[in-house]
Amino acid sequence: MRIDASKVDRIVDAYGCHRDSLISILQDVQAECSYLPEDALKRVAKRLKLPLIQVYGVATFFKAFSLQPRGEHMVRVCLGTACHVRGAPAVLDEVRRQLDVEPGETTEDSRFTLETVNCLGACALGPLVVVDSEYQGQITPGKVKRVLKQYMNDGRGK
Amino acid sequence: MQKLRSIAELERLRSRILRRRNGTKKYVSVCGGTGCHAYKCQDVASALEGEIRRQDMGSRVELKVTGCHGFCERGPLVVIYPEETFYQRVSPADAVEIVSRTVGKGEVIERLLYVDPQKNRVARSEAEVPFYRKQQRIVFGKNGLIDPTNIEDYIAMGGYTALPKALFEMDPEGIIEEIKESGLRGRGGAGFPTYQKWQTCRSAPSRDGVRYVICNADEGDPGAYMDRSLLEGNPHAILEGMIIGARAIDAHDGYVYVRMEYPLAVKNLGVALDQARQYGLLGQNILGSGFDFDIKISRGGGAFICGESTALMASLEGHIGEPRQKHIHTALKGLYGRPTNLNNVETWANVPVIISRGAKWYSKIGTEGSKGTKIFSLVGKVHNTGLVEVPMGITLREMVYDIGGGMRNGKKLKAIQTGGPSGGCIPESLIDLPVDFDELTKAGSMMGSGGMIVMDEGTCMVDMARYFTKFLTEESCGKCVPCREGLDRMLDMLTDITEGRGSEGDLDLLEELGGVIKEASLCGLGGTAPNPLLSTIRYFRDEYEAHVVHKHCPAGVCKALITYSVDEAKCTGCRVCARECPEGAISGEKKKLHVIDPAKCIKCGLCRDLCKFDAILVSWERWEYD
Ligand SMILES: Cc1cc2nc3c(=O)[nH]c(=O)nc-3n(C[C@H](O)[C@H](O)[C@H](O)COP(=O)(O)O)c2cc1C
Ligand code: FES
Repeated sequence: MRIDASKVDRIVDAYGCHRDSLISILQDVQAECSYLPEDALKRVAKRLKLPLIQVYGVATFFKAFSLQPRGEHMVRVCLGTACHVRGAPAVLDEVRRQLDVEPGETTEDSRFTLETVNCLGACALGPLVVVDSEYQGQITPGKVKRVLKQYMNDGRGK
Repeated sequence: MQKLRSIAELERLRSRILRRRNGTKKYVSVCGGTGCHAYKCQDVASALEGEIRRQDMGSRVELKVTGCHGFCERGPLVVIYPEETFYQRVSPADAVEIVSRTVGKGEVIERLLYVDPQKNRVARSEAEVPFYRKQQRIVFGKNGLIDPTNIEDYIAMGGYTALPKALFEMDPEGIIEEIKESGLRGRGGAGFPTYQKWQTCRSAPSRDGVRYVICNADEGDPGAYMDRSLLEGNPHAILEGMIIGARAIDAHDGYVYVRMEYPLAVKNLGVALDQARQYGLLGQNILGSGFDFDIKISRGGGAFICGESTALMASLEGHIGEPRQKHIHTALKGLYGRPTNLNNVETWANVPVIISRGAKWYSKIGTEGSKGTKIFSLVGKVHNTGLVEVPMGITLREMVYDIGGGMRNGKKLKAIQTGGPSGGCIPESLIDLPVDFDELTKAGSMMGSGGMIVMDEGTCMVDMARYFTKFLTEESCGKCVPCREGLDRMLDMLTDITEGRGSEGDLDLLEELGGVIKEASLCGLGGTAPNPLLSTIRYFRDEYEAHVVHKHCPAGVCKALITYSVDEAKCTGCRVCARECPEGAISGEKKKLHVIDPAKCIKCGLCRDLCKFDAILVSWERWEYD
């Protein structure tokens, strides 16, 4: 993916071109492109006058950043403590089986990316699976197929 | 809005707001916290809004979407003021009646009330719900009353009364003295006395006079979400605390470091900052006092280690979030090498309460060594889950049985986990332990940021230790060897034990390894990482031994040590499990007993989950105990 340098510039400028906003800048770039393309990282480094290695270091340090393009739908399985004690590992196993990918990977047809997260702040509803921004509470392995099905045959996006 | 230039202008504004609101107008508050969002509270809010319009009630009632009310278990929550009528599990279809009957005629809709399952008593208002009764919500209570995106709500509730006091009536030393007397200790984990940090930072030399204050909203504990709820629901309380702290320390620049997984918190905080600036409560010459202070939001990448003070500051400067050694504290040399004071979200939110109500009042709450209240996320296997604010010193028993409403599904309480990945598991036998900083530490756990996860007999303690160790292995930044390599080995050994490959001597070795990691690690992550392991070995050694010696998981959790089978008495031969089994491990004809082939079974639990007749049994190989 080629990213428009002016788009990156706009984001960088919105934060006053200051390095204390590096993470926020990368996050906005990711929101724009759904991942962090190499060109964008180079542009950010240049604008902030930071070595590329530092920008790359930060981009790979945090799990929430992805240097790879992601699927149409994000499936996030909460593995926080509250969800864990209520059976999240079995839910994750079932999601893995259904999508046939490991956490961090995208399905071959680019429809789904699977991620695990630690606590989504809705522990009372655990185990929790979030597809895009829809929260699915009190999920059990048996419910996984039905939840994912909604997104499997839906043409494009929502 | 014109900037406020003096206390008098602020007070005039406050009385104007109050006069304007002091009609007979009711208001309907819909909880907009993350939990209720997941229950689709926004649909409830828009249904109510539509009904208010349709029934032409706009002049009599106001709708407010507020921050988290705490009782997430029962969402979506709706409260009607001034009667405080408390409705739970509200759906959009209830909106017609809520507006016509409760708002219009003052009637109560019985079916939406909360019924206490233990006593079978109906509660009409929040105060009558047992979940709220033992709470003391001095910090968190305003959440349900204010629209976080409207500064006037906060002002109407008595917000920004501490700030003028701190600016005009007290000098910096006086503020620090007041915080000292209140006994406030940091809510971010270690419980360090807040005044002491402020004092050190204030008197630390700075080459150009620059000092920073930072709010730690990284909230890394997976299972705690109180900081998020405060930021989302009552951001001005945190800002007010920070401005007061900055004045005491003589800092003019502040940051809030908030994890990027909290988009609503970032948004509401941003709105609050803009409004505070507009009103002259932030920026140059605050309220005409001559004091300048402003705050920037910095989004963190959501790494656990970035909650640690030095890692957080490295990350803020645009570096990788790795900690450094703390021979020199950040209060002396922190962000950009300047004296920096870092406090947790909840700590900051306590500051205005202390300044406006006084240290004397505040220090009456709590225990000898731990003053005030603490917000916990009470979750896991209890009936009532959610966020609760309780006075320090409350017992675990009160937390689990009175507030939590007891255990789910008639199961037995086994342990309570506090302190997140840095904390430990407290066994049921210590149920009368008062919850405060020192008692929890003595019990081998810690207060941490306030996660409280209740576990029953179906939770395996070895699996829990493995869970936290795995989390910490992934979150370890890898800078120092004891933490990076030590945790890796610890995880390997725990995995072996849960998979039936444990051998005698493992436990002693694990304890020794834990001791070394604690001693030798660079920062607090490694320094506390062995706690989940050590505390579970301390209290649940039997369970470890069952895994190691008898290859048996008493809780029925560790996959390698259990087998699935079909209960002959209950199986109806409905074929559901056989159809759904991903491995084709279940066979049997319709209406005949099914069998599971243990060679094919991967123990995914799908059959057990799908069986309507509870006919799938989990058991372990019975070993001959000699
Ligand atoms: C690994 C690690 C993670 C931490 N995570 C957090 C956190 O998420 N939030 C927080 O407020 N403090 C966290 N802390 C504690 C901070 O280092 C610091 O002590 C605290 O923010 C100080 O604020 P307080 O004095 O108000 O508690 C963490 C500490 C360590 C060692
Ligand atoms: S542990 Fe899953 S939402 Fe908190």
